[in-house]
Amino acid sequence: MSDVLLRARDLRKHFPVRRGLLSRASALVVRAVDGVSFDILPGQTLGVVGESGCGKTTTAKLVLCLETPTDGSVEFEGRPLGDLDAAGIRGYRRAVQAVFQDPYASLNPRMRVGAIIAEPLVTHEALDRGTVDKRVKELLDFVGLPARAATLFPHEFSGGQRQRIAIARALSLSPKLIVLDEPVSALDVSIRAQILNLLTDLQQQLGVSYLFIAHDLAAVAHMSHTIAVMYLGKIVEIGPAAAVAKSPQHPYTQALFAAALPSHPDEAREDIVLPGEVPSPLAPPSGCHFHPRCARALPRCTTQAPALRPHGDRRVACHLYDPA
Amino acid sequence: MAEPLLELRGLSTHYVSAGGARVTRAVDDVSLTLERGRTLGIVGESGSGKSTLALSIMRLLPPAARAVGGEIRFEGEDLLRKSAVEMRRIRGKRIAMILQDPMASLNPLFTIGDQVAESLRVHEGASRPTAWTRARGLLEAVRISAPAARMTEFPHQMSGGMRQRIVGAIAVACEPRLLIADEPTTSLDLTIQAQYLSLLRDLQRQHDLAMIFITHNLGIVAKMCDAVAVMYAGRVVEAGPIRQIFNKPAHPYTRALLESVPRLTDDTHARLPAIEGQPPDPSAPPAGCAFHPRCPVVLERCREQAPPSVTVAAGQTARCWLHMP
Repeated sequence: MSDVLLRARDLRKHFPVRRGLLSRASALVVRAVDGVSFDILPGQTLGVVGESGCGKTTTAKLVLCLETPTDGSVEFEGRPLGDLDAAGIRGYRRAVQAVFQDPYASLNPRMRVGAIIAEPLVTHEALDRGTVDKRVKELLDFVGLPARAATLFPHEFSGGQRQRIAIARALSLSPKLIVLDEPVSALDVSIRAQILNLLTDLQQQLGVSYLFIAHDLAAVAHMSHTIAVMYLGKIVEIGPAAAVAKSPQHPYTQALFAAALPSHPDEAREDIVLPGEVPSPLAPPSGCHFHPRCARALPRCTTQAPALRPHGDRRVACHLYDPA
Repeated sequence: MAEPLLELRGLSTHYVSAGGARVTRAVDDVSLTLERGRTLGIVGESGSGKSTLALSIMRLLPPAARAVGGEIRFEGEDLLRKSAVEMRRIRGKRIAMILQDPMASLNPLFTIGDQVAESLRVHEGASRPTAWTRARGLLEAVRISAPAARMTEFPHQMSGGMRQRIVGAIAVACEPRLLIADEPTTSLDLTIQAQYLSLLRDLQRQHDLAMIFITHNLGIVAKMCDAVAVMYAGRVVEAGPIRQIFNKPAHPYTRALLESVPRLTDDTHARLPAIEGQPPDPSAPPAGCAFHPRCPVVLERCREQAPPSVTVAAGQTARCWLHMP
């Protein structure tokens, strides 16, 4: 029995880009995910942060088997996904579920809530009607909704309640891993804490793991055991959540956490305003992708891409921490 | 003591639908003041009326909405008494606005230069070449690189952060006294948001600009504002200087809102103190104090009577029965 639930090794996803109607398949390639490795442990949360275009959503899609990796592997409970047959993949899809950002788009408006939650059960398991109804009731109770919610339609619920329905659906097959892609960013501030608490409680009760993707750093730090910071398709820093949040090491992580908004007007925070914007993933800078915006760039950063190396309690991809 | 730049007195804006049968009190008896060069944050959740409040000040309400009472005193004049023609001379000239989505506020068919120069030509009657030169200076001021080349480009050629900076350039073009920003950074990435907020602060200093930040994000308020007003179901439930509100919130809603936000410095995995229940439906708010169904310290009278606004400390007001003798 492996003690790692999901292991991603050197995962890559490259998208070829065609320009214009007449051009042949060009050499342009977007390296959306470019050599990413991480482990997800049972009952733990891996948080992934980064800005638009850093590859965090593509990473989620690779984990969900919604994209095939260009290279690299995902192992689930010690078995590479590439080796699984159709039945194996079906089993994997049961064990790995997802909750998306927008609960207005992720629930079918023409289905009753009971049918939405029961759908995975009906698809994957041959259960009689009574068992399904009982299970739906349990799941609704789990996420804090009344049993009569099963007979209603999604439009009769608020955003927070809809997100609870989406979570109930994700839980219906007792998954081992749930991919949470921005699960609270579409919700009102007073509702976010409710949903984050619900997710924490469910993890404690059921021992489910999360891959938590969000741009709200405080929420990710709050929820995660490990945080991975991505920039242009690569992980630049990965380590224990509290440590990364308290003392970020990579200059990009430092700037990102410095840009997080304060929770109090007197909160002392160093103002690091990064120059420029995230470069186009079509033509990322040479060497370390971050060097054009980095205040501490060294000469070798422009030519040599730094490897993700152990540094204290975590791994950092930065030449500043190269062994002398 | 000079008169404040902007003073709202008992402002109420209602949406009327179904032939007058249904009235939604989107903004209900709101009184606020804003001094020159200062920044006021207006926080609230969806349906709290914060955006309707901004549109009321701009007199840009949709046809179904009407300001039914109160005054909006701006530089000593009541904006509610202005004619449409007079308002057009104020909007963009003395009061400017930045909206959430910069792609929606820029015209995709005109060049950046035309759009930045437009307000100078309309409001100040600047000639084409003068307006063009000044527009280029404005782009430089909002830190657009190679401004001369960008002038002839179109909005779709810009990134989200650049578009929002261009909207900022248009807003300050005519040296307004008041800038209303409605969720200006919601669509931006974190590091780009940091750039934009520091830019707004620089513009504010250079132009002695007063700002109103409409947001749901308490972090933006903590970073940018001098004072804050918290809205709930159309009413300002608490208002005051920022440090006072963050240190000693008087209203249970404000307190709960501040506590429910995860902090970077927190111990992880602890439960967050959440506010139970849902924000009310603005067209059918609960009787009495609208927060009473979710309030942890609710009193009997909260269910029947709406609390008046009382001063709880210097410059700090709250609408809560707990603070009534």
